[in-house]
Amino acid sequence: MGLLALFRSKPNSASIAKERLRIIVAQERGGRGGPDYLPLLRRELLQVIHKYVNVDPEAVQINLEREAGHEVLEFSVALPEKPGE
Amino acid sequence: MTEIIVVTSGKGGVGKTTTSASMACGLARRGKRVAVIDFDIGLRNLDLIMGCERRVVYDFVNVINGDCTLKQALIKDKRLETLHVLAASQTRDKDALTEEGVRRVLDELIAEAFDYVICDSPAGIEKGAHLAMYFADRAVVVVNPEVSSVRDSDRILGLLASKTQRSSNGNGGVKEHLLLTRYNPRRVASGEMMSVGDVKEILGLDVIGVIPESPDVLAASNAGVPVILNEESDAAAAYGDAVSRLLGEELPLRFLEEPKRGFFARLFGG
Ligand SMILES: Nc1ncnc2c1ncn2[C@@H]1O[C@H](COP(=O)(O)OP(=O)(O)O)[C@@H](O)[C@H]1O
Ligand SMILES: [Mg+2]
Repeated sequence: MGLLALFRSKPNSASIAKERLRIIVAQERGGRGGPDYLPLLRRELLQVIHKYVNVDPEAVQINLEREAGHEVLEFSVALPEKPGE
Repeated sequence: MTEIIVVTSGKGGVGKTTTSASMACGLARRGKRVAVIDFDIGLRNLDLIMGCERRVVYDFVNVINGDCTLKQALIKDKRLETLHVLAASQTRDKDALTEEGVRRVLDELIAEAFDYVICDSPAGIEKGAHLAMYFADRAVVVVNPEVSSVRDSDRILGLLASKTQRSSNGNGGVKEHLLLTRYNPRRVASGEMMSVGDVKEILGLDVIGVIPESPDVLAASNAGVPVILNEESDAAAAYGDAVSRLLGEELPLRFLEEPKRGFFARLFGG
């Protein structure tokens, strides 16, 4: 990158803000209306998982899916890549 | 029919009181009978923004406790005949407001045939904020184009949809509007600030007004004259438009772009 470009291309912080908000709002809306214990459950699950694998907190997703007549608590953990594979 | 409107946000210092005062004045200027109530118990300041702080004798909590009648506590505005202010109390007792008490006061305002009751909510999601929104028919959610304000607004939207009288009795829920304030078109243009479109997209709500960041707001609070009454101010014009939209008129948004400045102004204006 040339010196001039360095001055010109400020990172567009508004679009970063928007992207972060899009994710957090979707996540918080997902847990809304569900049981109050969801955030605590997520944290405790994280602690248990941490005993075995060192995952990024963001890699743990909890979703409450509502379908006709029943609710499904969906839980997913993205494991870190194994080195050398 | 009385319509109860809560002005709320979650986050503090975003412009709720400024908005409550200007919307109340704007509605009264259109001939509506309006009562504006400060729900910020312990930290009252609507009276200062309205310029009636020296005329507060009785407050909201006095009415609830039966120390006085509602009529005695309502302060008549000196500029607009149909406008009335109910001040918050300075008590430190957070339990001074009760659901039953608030309901009684609102019922009396309804019986007195007020057209609009504007509830200026305190910040946060505790009791005061809860009671300010509980009986609302409509909500004006005040937001600044900034991450923590937008996130807090979304939490408030969640509460409006679940913890209000209208959400629980199947009356179609509270009608929600977004009011974006402290909007700086120059910073939006340079990519430093989220745009109306961005915020609208994230929250998925109809926009009732965009108020530009303006030095007139501070001048207005210094003077105790709500900014909407300043004929020369863009912020006033923007609040005027928001009031019109509240009354059902369709108007395009204004002040989304930086005012065009001449060559020399740009050169020297910085
Ligand atoms: N459009 C605006 N332009 C500039 N300053 C503003 C604007 N709206 C609000 N402010 C300022 O922001 C501060 C907080 O406003 P206030 O209405 O008291 O917020 P809240 O009631 O949400 O705490 C005040 O100092 C006010 O003057
Ligand atoms: Mg306030």
